[in-house]
Amino acid sequence: MEKFIKFEGLVAPLDRNNVDTDAIIPKQFLKSIQRSGFGPNAFDEWRYMDHGEPGMDHGKRPKNPNFVLNQERYQGASILLARSNFGCGSSREHAPWALADYGFKVILAESFADIFFNNSFKNGLLPIVLPKAELDALFGLVEYTPGFKLTVDLQAQLVARPDGYAIPFQVDPFRKECLLNGWDDIGLTLRHAEAIREFEERRQQTQPWLFA
Amino acid sequence: MQQTLYDKLWERHVVRQEADGTALIYIDRHLVHEVTSPQAFEGLKLAGRKPWRVSSIVATADHNTPTQHWDEGIKDPISRQQVETLDANIREVGALAYFPFKDARQGIVHVVGPENGAILPGMTVVCGDSHTSTHGAFACMAHGIGTSEVEHVLATQCLIQKKSKSMLILVEGGLGKGVTAKDVALAVIGKIGTAGGTGYALEFAGSAIRALSMEGRMTLCNMAIEAGARLGLVAADDVTIHYLKDRPFAPRGAAWDAAVAYWRTLHSDAGAAFDRTVAFNAAEILPQVTWGTSPETALPITATVPDPAKENDPVRREGMERALAYMGLNPDMAIQSIKIDKVFIGSCTNSRIEDLRQAAAVLKGRKKADTVKLALAVPGSGPVKRQAEAEGLDKIFVAAGFEWREPGCSMCLAMNADRLEAGERCASTSNRNFEGRQGPGGRTHLVSPAMAAAAAIAGHFADVREIL
Repeated sequence: MEKFIKFEGLVAPLDRNNVDTDAIIPKQFLKSIQRSGFGPNAFDEWRYMDHGEPGMDHGKRPKNPNFVLNQERYQGASILLARSNFGCGSSREHAPWALADYGFKVILAESFADIFFNNSFKNGLLPIVLPKAELDALFGLVEYTPGFKLTVDLQAQLVARPDGYAIPFQVDPFRKECLLNGWDDIGLTLRHAEAIREFEERRQQTQPWLFA
Repeated sequence: MQQTLYDKLWERHVVRQEADGTALIYIDRHLVHEVTSPQAFEGLKLAGRKPWRVSSIVATADHNTPTQHWDEGIKDPISRQQVETLDANIREVGALAYFPFKDARQGIVHVVGPENGAILPGMTVVCGDSHTSTHGAFACMAHGIGTSEVEHVLATQCLIQKKSKSMLILVEGGLGKGVTAKDVALAVIGKIGTAGGTGYALEFAGSAIRALSMEGRMTLCNMAIEAGARLGLVAADDVTIHYLKDRPFAPRGAAWDAAVAYWRTLHSDAGAAFDRTVAFNAAEILPQVTWGTSPETALPITATVPDPAKENDPVRREGMERALAYMGLNPDMAIQSIKIDKVFIGSCTNSRIEDLRQAAAVLKGRKKADTVKLALAVPGSGPVKRQAEAEGLDKIFVAAGFEWREPGCSMCLAMNADRLEAGERCASTSNRNFEGRQGPGGRTHLVSPAMAAAAAIAGHFADVREIL
């Protein structure tokens, strides 16, 4: 996984609660057996005027002018400003795959659904929880400041506005280390293979029916 | 010290724990289906890793499989490729059990696991599917994971986790006539919200929960994820033990006795502390219907559609307005006046034998309204289908104008050919009413099987208590 240390990017707003994983990546695109190529179909039903199916030339499809991410000023955005319960719904990792493939590196929201939150970290996509008052201010700033950018410093755990105001955020120390170093979870866990084996043997003795 | 059921399950699966609370949790059962596993198997192979314990794997194909014309196979080539990829992966890697497309025991992964006795109390159960919370009904720590975590479990038999907070959902008293586990689930989500359970493990307890069958408990825990919770739990008791006896993968003989003795410890101790408790009076829960595009928009059948003008929070108000526009509804209209186009009885929430019995009890001797274009009854698995047929339920469905289909996820998420067309409105026993969930532009109202049957007959939502 690519390292995530400090990052500056253009911010795009998505001002609604409960953005679910069906909206982030509709099910017809889950039939792929690949991990990549989901970006053109992120928010497919909101983003295009027609119905999307895998295999279409998505560059040629009519875009919905009313969908915020289609506005010229938000092209190239890499930080998504969102509301509460972002990523609710299914466990599909295709959701963070699609967002990352679209170009997002950071999502700022009041709260995230649990599985989506977990999945994001595995894909170098940093979900950051901010207080509602800070988000309200950011939504205002984005709207009235063309080209509004934020700097996200994972090491310092700060989201810095162009005016110098910095918002601190919490991140789990273990996940922070993994992102800063670009570590692969599986490799880390397998360093404890001996402990897993011992645990498994004890379990097999106390609850043999689980291993029948 | 008194422990909650969640405390007990957590403690018994910790392989090691870091100072910040991050723990390595051992996984007993890994359920696998075709949609979220191909990239995990591929990742494993690319890294040159082998699965840690293949006997933990139970696999089936369910999301993409058609529910009719099985002799014609899977027509959609990319759906077929995904199912064939699962076939190839399991053939190469192995599994405790695999129920491929067309197998007599194939079905929805969350129906197949329990009915084969492959889900036992005290287990940790994971699957690349959010509705894995279903298995909490067996006092299991069970939750959905993403594909990276599927690969992690394949490679290490463990997950990196932090313990959640605990919430007790206490439902005391008796459920009224026509009120089911689905109504309890929707009423709970309606009260605490779709993010109300975020960061929590829910335990459902109280006399109304103890009185539920395993099917009902599975429905309830299945919907825990719709409240945002990582998992739902119900204590193991006689109902659990009776359900498991003689199932194919359940222990037998002396192992059964030892297992049962352990299972009887799988409940929260009296006086155990929860981080939050929410209490419900079972008698006050009415049959539920959702009006919007989030499961938290559940209301009693006697209610009216809410008016966004009365909502003070601007983001919520806009959300309500958007939902009303998408759903084609107006404020203050009676829920019972909403007409439907299609009915779907099925999904990992409500496709078990008891669900089909509840729907059939309403449909018996009656017919769906002519205005209902399509009514589907999709059993959760091959064994559920055969049991229903042995009881003559299929004949009741067909006589009522329903189509009796082959098992699978079907119109819950419309990855196969079963779906809503734009603007069509469905009374659905599934778990999500998100925009486009059952087909682009489709309008989903979540209900119990009995309420879906009542709506099929009336052609609009109706109070099942007046029919029974």
